[in-house]
Amino acid sequence: MSGFWQVADFLVSVVADFRPLAPGVAGSFRDRLSSLLLFEHYNTRVVVLGAMLLGLASGLVGCFTLLRRRALVGDALSHATLPGVGLAFLLAPLAGYDGGNRLVLLAGAAVSGTAGALAILFIRSLPRLKEDAALGIVLSVFFGAGVALLTVVQQSSAGRAAGLDRYIFGQAASMTADDARLIAVTAALAALLIACNFRSLTLLCFDEGYAAAQGYSIPLLDLLLMFLVVLITMIGLQAVGLILMIALLVIPAAAARFWTNRLWVMLLISGLIGGLSGFLGAMLSAVFADLPSGAVIVLTCSLLFFLSLLLGRERGVLVRSLRRRELSAAIDREHLLRGIWELRESAVEFSGSVVERRAAGFEELLSLRSWSIGRLRAQIRRASAEGLVWLNSEGAIELTRRGVMEAERLVHHHRLWELYLITHADVAASRVDREADAIEHVLEPELIARLEQLLLQRQRSGEIPASPHEMGGFQSQVGSVASPEGRQS
Amino acid sequence: MTDVLDWTWQYDGVILLTGILCAVAASLPGNFLVLRRTSLLGDAVSHAVLPGIAAAFLLTHSRTGAVLFVGAVVAGLLTAVLTELIRDIGSVDEGASTGVVFTTLFAAGLVLIVQAADAVDLDPGCVLYGALEDSPLQTVRIVGTEIPRVALTLAGVLLLNLLFVVLFFKELLISSFDPGLATTGGYSARLVHYLLMIVVAITAVASFEAAGNILVVAMFIVPPSSALLLTTRLSRMIWLSAGIAAISAVAGHFSAIVLPRWLGYRSISTAGMMTLCAGLCFLIAALFSPSAGVLTGWVRRVRLSLRILCEDLLALLYRIEERGSVPGGAGRSDVSNGQSGVFGDAGFEYLAKKLLCSRRLLILAGWIQQYRGNLVREGPAWRLTDSGRRVASLLVRSHRLWESYLATEGVGPGRIHRQAETLEHYTSEGLRNRLDTGVADGAVDPHGSRIPREDDFRIPPVS
Repeated sequence: MSGFWQVADFLVSVVADFRPLAPGVAGSFRDRLSSLLLFEHYNTRVVVLGAMLLGLASGLVGCFTLLRRRALVGDALSHATLPGVGLAFLLAPLAGYDGGNRLVLLAGAAVSGTAGALAILFIRSLPRLKEDAALGIVLSVFFGAGVALLTVVQQSSAGRAAGLDRYIFGQAASMTADDARLIAVTAALAALLIACNFRSLTLLCFDEGYAAAQGYSIPLLDLLLMFLVVLITMIGLQAVGLILMIALLVIPAAAARFWTNRLWVMLLISGLIGGLSGFLGAMLSAVFADLPSGAVIVLTCSLLFFLSLLLGRERGVLVRSLRRRELSAAIDREHLLRGIWELRESAVEFSGSVVERRAAGFEELLSLRSWSIGRLRAQIRRASAEGLVWLNSEGAIELTRRGVMEAERLVHHHRLWELYLITHADVAASRVDREADAIEHVLEPELIARLEQLLLQRQRSGEIPASPHEMGGFQSQVGSVASPEGRQS
Repeated sequence: MTDVLDWTWQYDGVILLTGILCAVAASLPGNFLVLRRTSLLGDAVSHAVLPGIAAAFLLTHSRTGAVLFVGAVVAGLLTAVLTELIRDIGSVDEGASTGVVFTTLFAAGLVLIVQAADAVDLDPGCVLYGALEDSPLQTVRIVGTEIPRVALTLAGVLLLNLLFVVLFFKELLISSFDPGLATTGGYSARLVHYLLMIVVAITAVASFEAAGNILVVAMFIVPPSSALLLTTRLSRMIWLSAGIAAISAVAGHFSAIVLPRWLGYRSISTAGMMTLCAGLCFLIAALFSPSAGVLTGWVRRVRLSLRILCEDLLALLYRIEERGSVPGGAGRSDVSNGQSGVFGDAGFEYLAKKLLCSRRLLILAGWIQQYRGNLVREGPAWRLTDSGRRVASLLVRSHRLWESYLATEGVGPGRIHRQAETLEHYTSEGLRNRLDTGVADGAVDPHGSRIPREDDFRIPPVS
């Protein structure tokens, strides 16, 4: 442990001794800002460093609780540490310690927080009660006990002096160098515990069953994870208060989830977001004197969350809607190409002549499916930009050489799937067109090869099979299905 | 009694009434929060009181109770709506989105409170702890009697919640268990959800002034969870949860009076004690619930294995009697004068080894069977009585019938004994007779032993 203290001391001293101590905060807003940016004030340095480290550590731990689908466990456990603080204060004198001693209070918080974790596991094991009830019961009952104890503690002058109510609301701005040092040690300890148990914690979050089969004890791992939460909260509570602690455990991890699907990247980003919001929030509240620091840190964190929600590269709202639009555009394009090709094919069959008809009229295409004029126009414009179709002199839409190849591939897929549905899945011929419509866009080359093998032994691979159902466009087919005569035929 | 407690109806009666009203009012909608697995939404919604009041004050500059009340309810509802919104558009875990929303709103509330600090006197501590002890101080005059204001508000909320639960019982039931069915039934599960959230928000806001955040959050979750451990019928669960909530409130108030005096303190938070009592009720339910309790389940398992051990003991003694001897000469059989059984330490060891149990358990099983009159222990000798022989013969009969039956059903000869060993303990007379007619040879089992008849050892009726 002494090694940790030395590291922490070093960290604090690096920041704290960066500039000589300046006398009290005074002067204009500009002076305050510049002195802050240069970290002239010892207090500011301590608070900023402490908030940053706390954000970083809780960002790391929060990732695992989020992935374990237990994001609010921080909510329950931070409430659960309270009765321990009160009890430690009341009982410490009996054992010959000073009740106001910080380490005694922390030990109390750790014990009751762990008891809360055990209680969660116990309630979770009862029939019919789910995760949320377990968290809610532990949260409210432990907090009730904590409040009852604190009202008792407040009646002694020593109790008032110890400032135990700070544990609920927190005052990040009044953080001392000791607090910051404690946070540094705990953050390092939490990071070390995570590093040592990275594999087992990962398994716990992603595949509980596999972890159990590997011989890990799931309750023990759950307890380890919750102990990490207790470790962070008991340090963070007195520095920044309950609500901020919950926020720091939930929000950075939830924000990081939008950016990546890889766990270690998520850990990095989450720690970064937590640290950044601690840093920015503490700075902001130092510049604007009437902003409570804890609340500003939470709000900074939320701001980063909403930015991630919008812009996140992996699961952000913008990226996902873009992906959806791309997919629907690709589907529309494939429908367009196949539509033109099949119109051409049926025209050849109808006239019986070998005169090749390559173009399709706009009206013809429009009646093929339920797409709007605008959507079809946009689609044709896009396809011609890609060099798949072109408008001939009569204003009809014609496939280019590349367009023909692409269309033939698509028709091939579509008809293979139709054949498969008819011969192997017993789907009526009048219905296969629509069913194949849904699946043709996502058929993998391997599947196509297997379908060819299965269905087309006598045909050469790549040759387009004839349509298994009556052609004539989507619209007319809908009509034939809807009318009873059509169903009989 | 009132002397001992230093009880005054004007003061304690009002606190008790307020506590009970708050507890019962919160527990009613709480049932549905627990069933929908959104218990923590109650916590989140009740945290929205602070930003709601701050925002309402800053927007209207009014300190009227009604305005602040509406502001807080709207903020509570906003919490629920935003939680769902973020969950849906960001595909975030429900818990995470709850955490993001309520901490953000709470932090915003704190900032607003500081801005408004000069004008509005709102102690954040009062929001969380509640000042149940102050509830008798403010009264309103109605029809000539002084009625405490908070009690009046809470009575109104209780009435509202009761009406909500009774009128929308079917809708709440169906949408809690099967939202899809609710939608096909013609009403929106989402609408029911938001109605529930409105009720939750109103309850939280009305309670917070009187009893603080803790009591209402605890009563949303803890009594319904206890009730859920005791029953699986929704209507019974609701009544039980209301009862548990009321009991917790009463017990909490009494302990808040008595406890500090024992420990030498002046007072203790009443709301905190009520919460603690609710937790105690939950613990009792979790340990002793007839269907789901941990202790009851343990006792049931122990009793079952003891029953099986007792039965196995009789059956083993019967087999020894039947065979006429025990390996190692520890027992003998002399059926002619009814003197048969197991003797001495060696015999005892043999029994313990065959039954796979410790000596102490074996002695316990022996006592039980002696008490029931199935066994006589004369010094070191254990032998069956007539009634014991009858019980044992029926058990052995079940065993051998099952073996025969399983053999005819094609179960391998190596496995029939172990399966029959389990089944014999759950076989009634009717089932034995049906097995008897079902097997090919009802006289001898596949191992060649004679199957005892149903009336082999029937005690003749006293004439």
